[in-house]
Amino acid sequence: MKRRTFVIRGVLAAGALGVGWALLPPRGRMGDGSHITTGGDERVLNGWVKIGTDGSVTIMMAKSEMGQGIHTTLAMLLADELDADWASVRTESAPIDAIYNNAPAITASLPFRPDDDGLVHRTADWLVRKFVREAGEMFTGGSTSMADLWLPMREAGASARAMLVAAAAARWRVPVSDVTVERGVVTDSGSNRRAAFGDLVVEAAQLDIPTGVPLKTPAQFRIIGRPTARLESAPKQRGTATFGIDVQLPGMLHASVVMCPTIGGGVTSFYASAALALPGVKQIMKVAGWNGGTAGVAAIADTPWHAMRAVRAVQVTWSDGAMAGVTSAALMQQLTSALGADDGYAYHADGDAADQLARSARRVTAEYTVPYLAHAAMEPINCTVLVKDGRATVWASTQIPSVARSAVARALDFDSDDVEIRVQYLGGGFGRRLDVDFIAQAAAIAKAAEGTPVQVLWTREEDLRHDFYRPACVARYTAGFDAGGTLTAWSSHSASQSVVSNVMHRYFGLPDVPIDRSTVEGAFDQPYAFPAVRAAHTIVKLPVPVGYWRSVGYSHTTYFTESFMDEVAAAASQDPVTFRLSLLQERPRHAAVLSRVARLANWTTPLPERADGVRMGRGVALHESYGSVTAQVAQVEIGRDGAMRVTRVWCVIDCGFPVNPTMIRQQVEGGIVFGLSAALHGEITIDNGRVVQGNYDTFQVLRLNETPQIVVEIMPSTAHPTGVGEPPVPPVAPAVANAIFAATGQRLRSLPLRLPATA
Amino acid sequence: MPTTITINGTPTTVQAEPDTPLLWVLRGELHLTGTKFGCGIAACGVCTVHLDGQPVRACVTPLSAVGTRAVTTIEGLTGADADALHAAWTALDVVQCGYCQPGQLMSACALLRANPTPSDADIDAAMTGNLCRCGTYPRIRAALRRASAGLQAGG
Repeated sequence: MKRRTFVIRGVLAAGALGVGWALLPPRGRMGDGSHITTGGDERVLNGWVKIGTDGSVTIMMAKSEMGQGIHTTLAMLLADELDADWASVRTESAPIDAIYNNAPAITASLPFRPDDDGLVHRTADWLVRKFVREAGEMFTGGSTSMADLWLPMREAGASARAMLVAAAAARWRVPVSDVTVERGVVTDSGSNRRAAFGDLVVEAAQLDIPTGVPLKTPAQFRIIGRPTARLESAPKQRGTATFGIDVQLPGMLHASVVMCPTIGGGVTSFYASAALALPGVKQIMKVAGWNGGTAGVAAIADTPWHAMRAVRAVQVTWSDGAMAGVTSAALMQQLTSALGADDGYAYHADGDAADQLARSARRVTAEYTVPYLAHAAMEPINCTVLVKDGRATVWASTQIPSVARSAVARALDFDSDDVEIRVQYLGGGFGRRLDVDFIAQAAAIAKAAEGTPVQVLWTREEDLRHDFYRPACVARYTAGFDAGGTLTAWSSHSASQSVVSNVMHRYFGLPDVPIDRSTVEGAFDQPYAFPAVRAAHTIVKLPVPVGYWRSVGYSHTTYFTESFMDEVAAAASQDPVTFRLSLLQERPRHAAVLSRVARLANWTTPLPERADGVRMGRGVALHESYGSVTAQVAQVEIGRDGAMRVTRVWCVIDCGFPVNPTMIRQQVEGGIVFGLSAALHGEITIDNGRVVQGNYDTFQVLRLNETPQIVVEIMPSTAHPTGVGEPPVPPVAPAVANAIFAATGQRLRSLPLRLPATA
Repeated sequence: MPTTITINGTPTTVQAEPDTPLLWVLRGELHLTGTKFGCGIAACGVCTVHLDGQPVRACVTPLSAVGTRAVTTIEGLTGADADALHAAWTALDVVQCGYCQPGQLMSACALLRANPTPSDADIDAAMTGNLCRCGTYPRIRAALRRASAGLQAGG
């Protein structure tokens, strides 16, 4: 038994025996909907749906819509089982309730490989699910929404349908078996009497809520599985959709903040007289750093522009704090030193990799680095809060309303019950809006203008310089071959900060975690059959605030693993696809995805030799994350001047049953673009404790003219749906790096990929 | 000192100081929130509006520079070309988070009005200043081509 397994087993056993609650199954998620507010003509049928007497079907959204199309796709689940008329469906952000707590995101963070189906993993999974039902958090992240709600929202739809059917059967005095439902109309097949949902809902809502109603088989789906357009496309095109920044309230004031340029620093003193003399200014105040944020000053004014101008006019003396003198070069050196200090903690070991490497006839070693990255969502950080009569109402673009509520309660010294979170559309999340620093900060600022709503809006400079960054990471990979050229061992050791430690400290003030799966995800759970393997990581404590960034650990470990896989294939003088397939003989799902992307990209057809001196190359990468398997081929062109362009990307994804192919394709294309931004441009550097990049002129993201042609294929599957938002991001950087090698023979072992100038 | 400007066809008197960026006149005073804030330095394009049909970044356009030119925002974007763009955006499911899309559509519409049959290079030149973190670029290009083709076919 591995040490990790032993420790977890002990903890779980102690918890189960000591508390006893573990013997009861996880609480149901149907809910009675008593927490849902209704208009006079609406009736709640359970915690997920209400129906109006006008026939409108309003489906409660436990997840934040940040572009991933989850509102549309979740509505499809419930509407299909309800047999609703899709045209009558609308969505509403759900208030906070335990039935909406996200379980798979927590179980996925346990340090088990996806192929570990052992009793310990299953027990831990069950216990965590139970814990989450009782005391978890409501949030959108970890590409878990579909895994989380695939069954609960279908069950809710089926249950509501059964109530409408029962109401109709009672009214018509016929057996329920005679009653059918189609597109929001209930029919008695015997008499052909009909009633619309809206006509039946008052009676239906008085019935008990049934559970365990049989669900449709895939062959019976009418909506699920069909490419379905985004429900909120038109208002987003017309500019009428309300993002957090668009919230308008009577009498609302606006605040702008400037935080200490040195991360984690503070305010020694400030002089506000010049700022207070400017038009529209109401107040200048000091604001503390909340939930991991940095302290600063805020200006409250009548308009956003007046607030921005005023805060810039405040003369502040800053105190530097722990980050003073820190540079990113020194931080990278600390990470590299950590690799040499010991062998790291082995998150996965099979066979004796060290021994095999020592005895190998030939070894290949490579060291890779990635920088810190900002999220840079297009909607700058903002939050609107009204503090009045001992209650707080918060309008926020947030991925995590339940933690936001606790943070506001703490900032105001209120009970959580006195705080209401109203989730707005997110102008991009990417993990940044899993942090709540700005929400607690807005509450503290709004308290100074009690009775009046205040919208706090950060400038882009504050957004980029006070982010929670994707951690920088250094990794060393070694592979061994025997005298016959056969791969005998694969070993990796990486060093970076722990995102989980950082986030848990910011959320709950918890101490550091000793191990963090996210540091090695993608590296400790590779699908390949290695004769001997060791995947280790050293957590290094550094003062840079780090956070969840779309695809988290995979965002860089996949760059390491799939770049190194290419190096190993080259060392074995084998084709990159053929070599990978030789290690995937026990992984048909992965092999199928890889083979299919190779066919799609015409991998075996050589690229043409160009007369104009442009060099072309193709590279491949494969990985599993968030339950999905994704493979990509990238094609690059390198001009005679050394300028590199990614011209084409092919992607195949197996994400289980494709619930809404439209949204899956959008997410794959968007994930590739997001990954390319990091592969080609993304880099946050730190000088004297301050983030250098302050806007899109210096923190470059991919633009339309750099975007390759993208071809996407979705594998057919009837398996439980798995993640889609993040899996397409990680493979593109290694696919491009491998393509550059194919074109030039050069290995680029750090991101962003920069070709040395060619003569 | 009030200023009168024409917004979406309507003469409108605003109280903002003349050096106030047009973006904040629209959002802060007139509550026309379809025009978004993204960078404040004309580096991302989410605040794109038209002045006499020309696309400009409202975040760096002072109120005093508007003069008699007609301001068009996403709320007032109408006409056959705007309709064709919206129809193409819908048909090709361009939108993801949607925050940048009003700016994308303002740039796209200005392009089609100036050049009804843009080449890929024309699209690159006109649209490269409009950032999108969700990565809707391939669909924006396809939807622009579709709208252009639809307008040509429709006469």
